[in-house]
Amino acid sequence: MAAKKLNIKDKYRLLTRDLDWDFSYEDRKKAFPYEEFEGIKITDWDKWEDPFRLTMDSYWKYQAEKEKKLYAIFDAFSQNDGHLNVSDPRYVNALKLFLTGVSPLEYQAYQGFAQVGRQFGGVGARVACQMQSLDELRHVQTQIHAMSHYNKFFDGLQEFSHQHDRVWYLSVPRSFFTDARSAGPFEFMVAIGFSFEYVLTNLLFVPFMSGAAHNGDMATVTFGFSAQSDEARHMTLGLEVIKFMLEQHEDNLPIVQKWIDKWFWRGTRLLTIVSMMMDYMLPNKVMSWKEAWEVYFEEAGGALFKDLARYGITMPKYSEVIEKEKEHISHQAWWTFYTHGHATGFHTWIPSDEELDWLSEKYPDTFDKYYRPLWELAKEKEAKGERFYTTGLPQLCQTCQIPMLFTEMDNPNQNSMRDTVYKGERYHFCSDGCCDIFEEEPEKYVQSWLPVHQIFQGNCGGPEMGDILSEFYKMNVGADNMDMKGSPDEERWNKWKGKA
Amino acid sequence: MPVFALNPGYEGERMDRVENFGGNQLVYIGWDEHRMFCAAKAFPLAPSMPFAAVMENIIPEAFSQHPEFSQINWDTAEWLLNNEPFKPQMNASLESQGVEHKALIRFKTPELKGYAGAGV
Repeated sequence: MAAKKLNIKDKYRLLTRDLDWDFSYEDRKKAFPYEEFEGIKITDWDKWEDPFRLTMDSYWKYQAEKEKKLYAIFDAFSQNDGHLNVSDPRYVNALKLFLTGVSPLEYQAYQGFAQVGRQFGGVGARVACQMQSLDELRHVQTQIHAMSHYNKFFDGLQEFSHQHDRVWYLSVPRSFFTDARSAGPFEFMVAIGFSFEYVLTNLLFVPFMSGAAHNGDMATVTFGFSAQSDEARHMTLGLEVIKFMLEQHEDNLPIVQKWIDKWFWRGTRLLTIVSMMMDYMLPNKVMSWKEAWEVYFEEAGGALFKDLARYGITMPKYSEVIEKEKEHISHQAWWTFYTHGHATGFHTWIPSDEELDWLSEKYPDTFDKYYRPLWELAKEKEAKGERFYTTGLPQLCQTCQIPMLFTEMDNPNQNSMRDTVYKGERYHFCSDGCCDIFEEEPEKYVQSWLPVHQIFQGNCGGPEMGDILSEFYKMNVGADNMDMKGSPDEERWNKWKGKA
Repeated sequence: MPVFALNPGYEGERMDRVENFGGNQLVYIGWDEHRMFCAAKAFPLAPSMPFAAVMENIIPEAFSQHPEFSQINWDTAEWLLNNEPFKPQMNASLESQGVEHKALIRFKTPELKGYAGAGV
């Protein structure tokens, strides 16, 4: 008699939960050495509810089909010179920032989920994390492929991986992930699985993928659609892990709350880059950063935290500061990149008059008062042939590693600066949020690899800035950096389009 | 707890110890309410450097791109050292007047309201 085919439920049980075994002669604690040091108490891993409900064979089959379609579209995009259909060559600079700053995070997420997929004591959680790990590895690969076509025609995409590990502004996303990956497995899941993938991911992907659609970038849009079903699973996992910890033991609540406070703050600081992409780098705008924040955090996130209130979870600390900062951060960030445009791996520019008016309309309480004058000054300087590139190197925050560009919300003309002394050395922060994170674990953050300080220590080549940019960062100085106006990117585009 | 680590007593390597800067120390200098400069700037300076040399070489290099720079009245400028009121002694060295490694020096120019009077 032929063997009966397993039904889905049995197959799922056998291929996931039943892969586990008991430790009869070895010490279970030695097999899972990271499980207890964070203070999280798990009484029964069997209560874990699998969010993925996928077996490996169906995972491969499903993903292979998806990717076959995705690569067919990439091929068509490439054969039809798809890059010529983008709205404006300025758009490609958002892709450069995405490829250098965000795609390598997918790789770090792959590494992080592989680690927790080994270290959790419960087999259900392990399998779910291993699956997400594979998703993340696929995402970095497909993103690289999606953008590789642009690399043939535009500057600044050629050394994304090398640059992610070195360039001053890329230390911000990089250190965000190394912070999470060097934490224990439960904190990693709150950091990446919950705060990043669940609470904040929509603020990264929805605007970015819609931005691609609005600006004629079909390769990136297609990637976005392809990743969507994976992202839905990741969000389910992120929420499951929070609920699981809170249901397992009441002592877990203060620890989980502390991590939510920390990673919400770290995440919003990281998203400063996205705010600037939305408000300044997309030639065809989708919505303002402020609007995106209101829809995806204040409304959607607000509902989530209402739901979590039954476990005793409260809104993340400093939410009220962030609510005010939504009016400011995109402008402050783009000004920072514009004034450091000689040291960025993408082009920067003064917004057009039309764009300045759009910003006034979207930010009626802040733009004309605080930020339009910056651009008036920049225009005045540019007209005199003195395009403004600031001298020297900025002070950085010890925790988020962003230049100390944020301002006080009760006096937006003044930079916000905090400091603390630990073991006789002074440390500086952009905010109370970043200062609190340091003070909770100073031995971790004294190790921050701050690009400005590393340059002064002589660890990045130089000492001339041009040598640091070309040799240590591997930027093509004069092509990758500087203003969009007069760039080789612009010149090529005008030639393709038959413009003078 | 100074860190949540697998091994008790874990200590991190302090990346920015003054010994790592080849005889210099870091000093940050910022001009309050002048947002043309997105943040305070960092400089590796000799601890023995007199403040007059900071005034002569470092501050113009850092801030003279600003249209108001030439109008600064240094007699009325207000100084902060690590957020405390501070009176720079021009002939004294940085270290002898408490400007230690990673000190933050801020100055305010009360008569100057920034480009277009907008704190820029």
